[in-house]
Amino acid sequence: MIAITIQQGRLFDPANQLDVITDLHINHGRIIAIGEAPADFTASKVIDAKGMLVIPGLIDLSTRLGEPGLEHFTTIARETKAAVSGGITSLCVMPDTDPVNDTFAVTELIQRRARQAETAYVLPVGALTKGLKGEALSEMVAMHREGCVAFSQANQPVVNTQTLFNAFDYAATHKLLVMMRPIDAYLGKDGVAHRGAISSALGLPDIPSAAETLALARLLLLAEETGVRLHLSQISTARAVEMIQDAQARGLPVTADVAIHNLHLTEFDVADFASFMHVQPPLRSQRDRDALRAGVKAGVISAICSDHTPLMHDDKLLPFPESVPGISGLESLLPLLLALVREHVLTLEQAIKAVTHQPASLLGINRGSLQVGAPADIAIVDLEADWLFNRRQLISAGDNTPFHKWPFTGKVHTTLFQGRVVHQPKLA
Amino acid sequence: MFGYPGLSTPNIQLNDAGKLKHLLTLEGLKPHHIRDILDRADGFINTDTRQIHKQPLLKGKTIVNLFFEASTRTRTTFEIAEKSLGADVINLNVATSATKKGESLLDTIYNLEAMQADMFVVRHAESGAAHFFARHVAPHVHVLNAGDGRHAHPTQALLDAYTIRHFKGVDFSQLRVAIVGDILHSRVARSQIQVLNLLETEEIRLVGPKTLLPHDASAMGAHCFTDIEAGLKDVDVVITLRMQNERMSSARLPSEQEYFETYGITEERLKLAMPDAIVMHPGPINRGVEIASRVADGPQSVILDQVTFGIAVRMSVIAGIMEEQVTSA
Repeated sequence: MIAITIQQGRLFDPANQLDVITDLHINHGRIIAIGEAPADFTASKVIDAKGMLVIPGLIDLSTRLGEPGLEHFTTIARETKAAVSGGITSLCVMPDTDPVNDTFAVTELIQRRARQAETAYVLPVGALTKGLKGEALSEMVAMHREGCVAFSQANQPVVNTQTLFNAFDYAATHKLLVMMRPIDAYLGKDGVAHRGAISSALGLPDIPSAAETLALARLLLLAEETGVRLHLSQISTARAVEMIQDAQARGLPVTADVAIHNLHLTEFDVADFASFMHVQPPLRSQRDRDALRAGVKAGVISAICSDHTPLMHDDKLLPFPESVPGISGLESLLPLLLALVREHVLTLEQAIKAVTHQPASLLGINRGSLQVGAPADIAIVDLEADWLFNRRQLISAGDNTPFHKWPFTGKVHTTLFQGRVVHQPKLA
Repeated sequence: MFGYPGLSTPNIQLNDAGKLKHLLTLEGLKPHHIRDILDRADGFINTDTRQIHKQPLLKGKTIVNLFFEASTRTRTTFEIAEKSLGADVINLNVATSATKKGESLLDTIYNLEAMQADMFVVRHAESGAAHFFARHVAPHVHVLNAGDGRHAHPTQALLDAYTIRHFKGVDFSQLRVAIVGDILHSRVARSQIQVLNLLETEEIRLVGPKTLLPHDASAMGAHCFTDIEAGLKDVDVVITLRMQNERMSSARLPSEQEYFETYGITEERLKLAMPDAIVMHPGPINRGVEIASRVADGPQSVILDQVTFGIAVRMSVIAGIMEEQVTSA
């Protein structure tokens, strides 16, 4: 382990209300001091962070990293490299792998691959039901012991309400976190675009907002009844923000996240059938987007994620409705977040806490802050760097991004994971 | 063209000079594009004798009718139009199952390009498929959309506009048009609404039950009517759409009988329209479902005129798109 000093950066940590230009010292993989170095400390490496922002490494609540199932296409090693190049040091991995992460053996495999790569903290999310089929409960306790931080159905709804009730009851018994995407099993099942002006005009099969709010109401009512700790993943509608706000106001301990692309794009971006704009949940109306932004500001939505889904070239090389939904999002999460700050949609504090200590606290992990004693997961960001996002230069195997050629200001300079430099600028 | 704020779709069907290179949709076109097509069609038909004028403008050119969805009628009228222009015609009915993977769909195109195709006339079951083809063909190859999913069927809408113009005159600004039936799933209706708006039609009504109407008609420049009597009142043109059996199996309608009872065009209901109103249908007709036989065969029906005019309009579209090749030939 090398001792590192990050010199004269602007340390920015919403968890500790820290915003100060000073040094940060790292040893044995942990942050050991801020400001003055301890008496016996000698840095073997000094990183000059003058003029840069030093923030906790980002925590992404929804990603897909290819393993197991798509090893021929990409690996945890490659995707975590992509993550740290975008300042993300902790990643929740959705259970819709192949095979599904519904036993501790699959959880263990994911953990082993992540340990071998040693690039980022990979947090498996287990399947709530076996095979995500919504029929039988998976061995949640055993998977939790193996490292699953939460349980989810990914994109698969549980059709049988009794089974969903039981799954929540069982998770509540063991105080396990459940992360659910509100999706109705039937309404909008064959849809590919938001039910609105664009789907009407282009004749695309649509997904009404009620496909989300119906499912959300069911999840909220069952959470209330069972007492399960519920987190709502990737909400997309204005009405859902209201419903979650109401539930929170009544004291229900529910949290929610939103995918960063739903804070930027709307149904209008689908207008020329660009398959890179095909996502699930769909890009919705401008009113929905604005309500999601307001929901982040108000704290109703406490986390912003990439919902990273690397896809093979052929998956998008199809007419829009036939293309596979999803965005390769790890490398655009932070630049898109900083764009919202520059556009005065969010303050820097609101943006950073939604990808650091808020997701950490809802997962219950000791990350996402610059606290002395915490693991040294750190992103050093050059807020002034202007650059063009280019899908041909992505580290991720998936080049499926709608943000190709978007101009960004603000770029990750260096990323540290547990006190080691895992990403640094290429030598010119 | 739908009046959305901030919508700026790059129009891949126009070349740098603003001329049609492909015809994928009528959205984004200017009124002069429409008028040029309709005017040119006049040269391909004698509307008194219904005689088509064959002109070998495309001698030596190869047109491939690439149908991923079966349609004998549309394919046949395209074939007649293409042959009347002197083109070599190849018909390909491609089973969609063989093209589940993107690469093989593109491979189909690349292979046909390699066989020196100059134009693809494409029909596909998915909305946006024609755009997909246009994005991937070689620069010298033209794409003509013969219907993609629920999205667009521009030549059908153009021949409908030609038919209306023939019977009602070139000024559409006083016309009320009712489109009756399954608007939601209809590419024909979407293109009709666009062409009627481009020609500044006074009023476009969409008539049907809520299960078959689009969610946001106003964004398309039309008004919805769920009451058939109100929808037909004083209109100059009644366009009926074909009702697919699928709408019963997908629980959007209880039965054909009940649809006919509530929305079928009968002689009785037609009396609500203007006395000289014309009745149109893109075919093939389901007699006794969307339209009564006595109306379909009656004096106000122009359904067979549509078919004949369709040949001239398709000749006009094809000749227009391939104009540069025509003049250089």
